[in-house]
Amino acid sequence: MSTASDHYPTLDDAAHPIRSYPKFLWWCLGQATNGGLLFYLWMFVLTAIALVGANAWSVQVAEGMIVTNMTDHVSWGLYIANFTFMVGVAAGGVMMVIPAYLYHDKKMHDVVVIGEMLAIAAILMCLLFVLVDLGRPERFWHLIPGIGRFNWPMSMLTWDVIVLNGYLLLNLHICGYLLYMQFLGRRPNQAWYLPFVWVSIFWAISIHTVTAFLYCGLGGRPFWNTALLAPRFLASAFVAGPAFILILFSCIHRAAGVKIDDGPKRLLINIIRVTALVNLLMVISEVFTEFYTGGGHTASARYLFLGLHGHNALVPWIWTAVAFDVLSTGLFLSPLVFRYSKVLIAACAMAFVGAWIEKGMGLIVPGFIPSTLHEIVEYTPSLTEWKVSAGIWAVGLMTLTILLKMWITVFSTRPSLSHESPASDQPA
Amino acid sequence: MTADDNADLHQSSPEPSRLLPILNQPATRRTALKAAGAALGLAAFGKAVSPLWSIPENVSVDEFLQQHYKELSDTDKQKVFARLESETQQKLGVEITISDPPPIPGVRYGYAINLSKCNGNGACMEACNKENNHHRGVQQSYIRVLELPKGTMDMEAGNTTYDHTVPQDDKYYMPVQCQQCDNPPCVTVCPVEATWKEEDGIVVVDYNWCIGCRYCEAACPYHARRFNWEEPEIPSDEINPDQGYLSNRVRPQGTMEKCHFCLHRTREGRLPACLEACPTGARVFGDLNDPESNINWVLQNKRVFVLKEELGTQPSFFYFFDS
Repeated sequence: MSTASDHYPTLDDAAHPIRSYPKFLWWCLGQATNGGLLFYLWMFVLTAIALVGANAWSVQVAEGMIVTNMTDHVSWGLYIANFTFMVGVAAGGVMMVIPAYLYHDKKMHDVVVIGEMLAIAAILMCLLFVLVDLGRPERFWHLIPGIGRFNWPMSMLTWDVIVLNGYLLLNLHICGYLLYMQFLGRRPNQAWYLPFVWVSIFWAISIHTVTAFLYCGLGGRPFWNTALLAPRFLASAFVAGPAFILILFSCIHRAAGVKIDDGPKRLLINIIRVTALVNLLMVISEVFTEFYTGGGHTASARYLFLGLHGHNALVPWIWTAVAFDVLSTGLFLSPLVFRYSKVLIAACAMAFVGAWIEKGMGLIVPGFIPSTLHEIVEYTPSLTEWKVSAGIWAVGLMTLTILLKMWITVFSTRPSLSHESPASDQPA
Repeated sequence: MTADDNADLHQSSPEPSRLLPILNQPATRRTALKAAGAALGLAAFGKAVSPLWSIPENVSVDEFLQQHYKELSDTDKQKVFARLESETQQKLGVEITISDPPPIPGVRYGYAINLSKCNGNGACMEACNKENNHHRGVQQSYIRVLELPKGTMDMEAGNTTYDHTVPQDDKYYMPVQCQQCDNPPCVTVCPVEATWKEEDGIVVVDYNWCIGCRYCEAACPYHARRFNWEEPEIPSDEINPDQGYLSNRVRPQGTMEKCHFCLHRTREGRLPACLEACPTGARVFGDLNDPESNINWVLQNKRVFVLKEELGTQPSFFYFFDS
């Protein structure tokens, strides 16, 4: 089964020390701690931010959620907003998996692991955002099926626990297996990863659908109680995910000197061209339904876009998001994104931030304003919430950096790629 | 990779030191710096999370491992209640008794409010706060009284934070508390079954099982659920010592709570505290299954309605006007 590769006799030697998967992972992790000054500086800054977040969270656990600005009126805030958005980023990686495996796009095959690694980091962030939102984090074991009491299939939250952890495991397996085979110089055995890839494609859709169902299943919250929520989630996820990956490509190119082929980039841009338009169309559809009909159930939308009875904390946010969405869609549709990388990065950044606002604060907070008894209590995240959220972002970026370094290390150890593609432009 | 390979590896590996790339790297300056960095990072992490060290003092092993209410045997319950009683004694210096009255077979509770009589004086909220050992820092209560302009049911025109003499001539008053729904959305969404509906129709919370995700708070259409954003503070001499495990005992920080129709009173034949406190007699409470009960008289003789009927929650909480 192993392909004969005579360039690296040490690896193919049966007596080579790295001959088991755990040892390979350990070796990879060791390699991932090597780097230049820029790398150490980057990791140092991230560690510092993560520590600030850990400290803020510890204070929150000790003193209670009172240190957040959430209230009985707005009982979910920045944490759940970030959680919802990161689920989208995790699902967005599937837009590389589909071309790579469904349409046998060879160039995409070479870099698809990047999308899967992004999914791993994003899901880790999702789980952390849920953990920091719990009033009693030490009771998380109540959620473990078998030991606790798992309200499945009734509670959508239990579905979310299943699909998020399942997606994490799927991607860990696929990434790890492909990297390990690459490292050994063997062609991956399709039976060991293709079925998981197929499952992961449906699974990626399901993580965002289930997360949308979490909100749109609540009859008492008219702002969320719309059948368009899940499709809208998916559309914006397939903008934000690929946009982040395109930024990532540029970072990898600049920081690690690894040039990513133009093929995957073009494909991702083309995907965003479609999904950004679909996303805009759905936003317009919802805004139309809300404002043309009018009536009591549009109060949250009015609060979000125009302000309600003098309360308008979210108005600047959402119009920034709308401007970013429209501008980035325009840029993506123009040929400039293919010609100038700076335009591309700007378009990606705007699309990403636009989706972050729209799917984060722009979705979660107005669901609670006005409250179910139509009281208006506004919400601005506290410093603690910003610190904890920044800390989780730092942990996510650290994880992603380490995973990408593992990938780069393996590919520079074994430049001849699997899947029979020579890929001469791969890292040396 | 086979087991043989593995065995082979362990015996004939020429350089076992290479297996641990971080620890056993040759002692270069870089390795030394990495080790120093890792040590520093760990120390900083330990310092950063040091506020968490207060948790073992507040959460005993018994409490951490405590099972769901429904899985506790009678002896387990006695142990838990004794522990809670002694903890309250230690913390607040108050002697309390924790009871656990079961639902009375055949009884299903209902509540009704006469909106023609309610004048918005808020005595019910105050009584609820005292009876149920609410946090005194915030004016917490399970009841919110909406002040609405006459001629509308639109809650958006209402106000719960009015601060003037009552009643106002152009207003009417609508107290809202847990509606003890027959189809409660809060129970459906709870991921750990920390909240459930008892046989007498009362939706309860196991404060020692709730993880504090607040999904029930998002799901409730009546704003009936409250979260303990911090440890409730009550002066020792104001604590109500007559406490039910599922009702008015002092709630732990970080968990949900809600109106439970004062089940520690009502299951023993008494009336809810809010009803006893109401000076206008607007409140009617009783057994829906008993044809002779006051609540049934109201349902049969008044034109009653429920809030947000279109959501299908089927409240056991009714409103009516004298006509």
